Amino acid sequence: MTPSTGDREAVLGRIREALRVPAPLKHPAERSAGGEPTTAHFREWLPPVGPSLDERFALFSRLCETLKSELVVCADMDAAAAHLTTLATEGGWKTLGLHRGSLTSALESRLPAALTRLFVDEGYDKDALEASDAGLTECELLVAQTGSVCVTGPSSGGRVLSVLPPHHIVIARRSQILTDLTEAYATLAAKYRDDYPSMISFITGPSRTGDIERILVLGAHGPKRLTILLLP
Amino acid sequence: MSSFTSPARNQFQEDADRTTSDAPRRTAVRNALQNYQSARDRTGATFTDWKAARSAASTIKHEAVNHLDQYLEEFERKFTARGGKVFWASNSQQARDYIIQLAKAKNVRAIVKSKAMTGEEIHLNDALVAEGFGVVESDLGEFIQQLKGEAPYHFVFPCMHLRRDEISDLFHKELGTAKTNSPEELTMIARRVLRRTYVEADMGISGANFIVADTGMISITENEGNARLTVGVPKIHVALVGIEKVVPRLGDLALLLPMLATAGTGQHLTGYNSMYGGPRQPGENDGPDEFHVVLLDNHRTRLLADPEQRDALHCIRCGACLNVCPIFKNIGGHTYGTTYQGPIGSVITPHFRGLQDWKHLSGASSLCGACTETCPVGIDIHHHLLHNRRNAAAEKPAPGESLLWKAFTFLMRRPALYRLATRFAPLGSLLHPLVEGTALDPMIAWTSTRDFPAAAPSSFRSQFQKHQAQKSGGSK
Ligand code: SF4
Repeated sequence: MTPSTGDREAVLGRIREALRVPAPLKHPAERSAGGEPTTAHFREWLPPVGPSLDERFALFSRLCETLKSELVVCADMDAAAAHLTTLATEGGWKTLGLHRGSLTSALESRLPAALTRLFVDEGYDKDALEASDAGLTECELLVAQTGSVCVTGPSSGGRVLSVLPPHHIVIARRSQILTDLTEAYATLAAKYRDDYPSMISFITGPSRTGDIERILVLGAHGPKRLTILLLP
Repeated sequence: MSSFTSPARNQFQEDADRTTSDAPRRTAVRNALQNYQSARDRTGATFTDWKAARSAASTIKHEAVNHLDQYLEEFERKFTARGGKVFWASNSQQARDYIIQLAKAKNVRAIVKSKAMTGEEIHLNDALVAEGFGVVESDLGEFIQQLKGEAPYHFVFPCMHLRRDEISDLFHKELGTAKTNSPEELTMIARRVLRRTYVEADMGISGANFIVADTGMISITENEGNARLTVGVPKIHVALVGIEKVVPRLGDLALLLPMLATAGTGQHLTGYNSMYGGPRQPGENDGPDEFHVVLLDNHRTRLLADPEQRDALHCIRCGACLNVCPIFKNIGGHTYGTTYQGPIGSVITPHFRGLQDWKHLSGASSLCGACTETCPVGIDIHHHLLHNRRNAAAEKPAPGESLLWKAFTFLMRRPALYRLATRFAPLGSLLHPLVEGTALDPMIAWTSTRDFPAAAPSSFRSQFQKHQAQKSGGSK
């Protein structure tokens, strides 16, 4: 056993030996004939979404309600800033964690000066971020079929900003609502090619648990609240 | 004790007797599962075609498992190209040693863990604690079980058997918190206690739900955000993953993630589904400096070598088969005495830990097939229970059983002798009450829980003959 890769050859050897006898495919996929990957047909079987942006938006907002995500449709950036300011005042926020980006920076410039900004772009103090009242991020895209927000390192200030502070605020555009995970993965593949960010995460509602008697409680470890500010 | 039984089997019998008569516990489990069932039915109904989706999921896993060597190598190539480290472990010892040595070499003191059944499988926590490391389970259910000093009850819902008052008492005793009857307040207690551990830990340990070959990633599904924090905050990360977790393409998750969520918890998608491709990359602002993936065989290749049951490796550990299993509902999770409980645990444990010692689990089934019906990747679970029974009997026939069959065959081939034997049945019925329920009772295994039907006073054959005789007599 070499120290770096362990028992690599032994494990692979046992796998190859085991696979010498083929195993039957008991449930062949209905639509993967003609060399087409199974992936192409997922949409036919999963919950339907509808082709237009309006339908995607309708489903997304319905799911947000079930998931207890707060979806706020904003007429423009000023309206988004007004809503965020209200949240900050109501919650008595002192510090807002955020990253630089075209949407976050525009929003940040409209927020009251009294609110301390903690930018994470060039690294940050973990304790300070843990103690901040909210985290503001952009996102890669939104998924109508599941009501999810997709964040990645580059789009959303790294791995932690979207999950450590107790309230996660996402600023996004309506056109970012895609149909389903298949479209989401295709979009990410087109954008990043072979150079994916080291983290991709689909966030579906605020942090939750059902571990005690299968009763839903929000805010287990991650954010207790998830607010999505949606621009036209 | 005859050599036909095993310590595991005796323990099982004892625990099953105790748990099946624990009515309050069974009610708690049933109530928890009722919430699950209604959520699952609701979400499952939104699928356009669940059955077709299931066949596709099964096909994807079949492709992955039947080309396991190629896909694991592809994963390794892509993942290490981005600075990740891959370690192949043949068994639990190698996996434990690697993680312990790594922790020592990096001067790790505090470790935060998110849920990993592979960790339970190799008894990682005990090994780390024995070496002086502090290990904290961060998943709420696992945290509760760790405080209680108990193994998880269910591999998706670790503390589903506990009522809120029991959890409140536990917290009161172990953490000194005020008693409360609210699941919300209990969750917030755990949140407060655990939050600092993410910031203070030097190492995070997780499992993974999928290994993605074409992009060199692992994918973790969770609801609480504790895995996001475990993989995000500490400087070093180790993911301990079974080799069978592979899918060929990142895009395959577009089907598997919604199916895992629907079958597992009745959600459209679990709270956080995160894919990680290595440590912090150049230009990124955070993430661990080191990212290790330990690929664990630990007898999975034994199961792989059985083409008949190879599809048991398609399992995505959603837990659905436990949730619908009448045996699980009655005997509970701990009775199995295994890392993986329920129907799928009964199928795979004999391969991992020895057929003769664990075959009794395959016997503890009504073969109703609810597990097979509910499985999102179409594993033939209840047939595999039969396969295990058959293999166990072929390998080591039950003592006396072949003799019994020989005697039976002998009797059945000789009508006169058979008729004679049936005459004794009423006599047996008559004498049975004298010994019923005592050690002398030859039917004790049956009569301890059920009534044994009394034999009819005369056989069907003699009644029929009498009837025919009367009929022909009357028509004359
Ligand atoms: S065997 Fe099927 S139903 Fe059971 S846990 Fe695995 S995937 Fe889920």
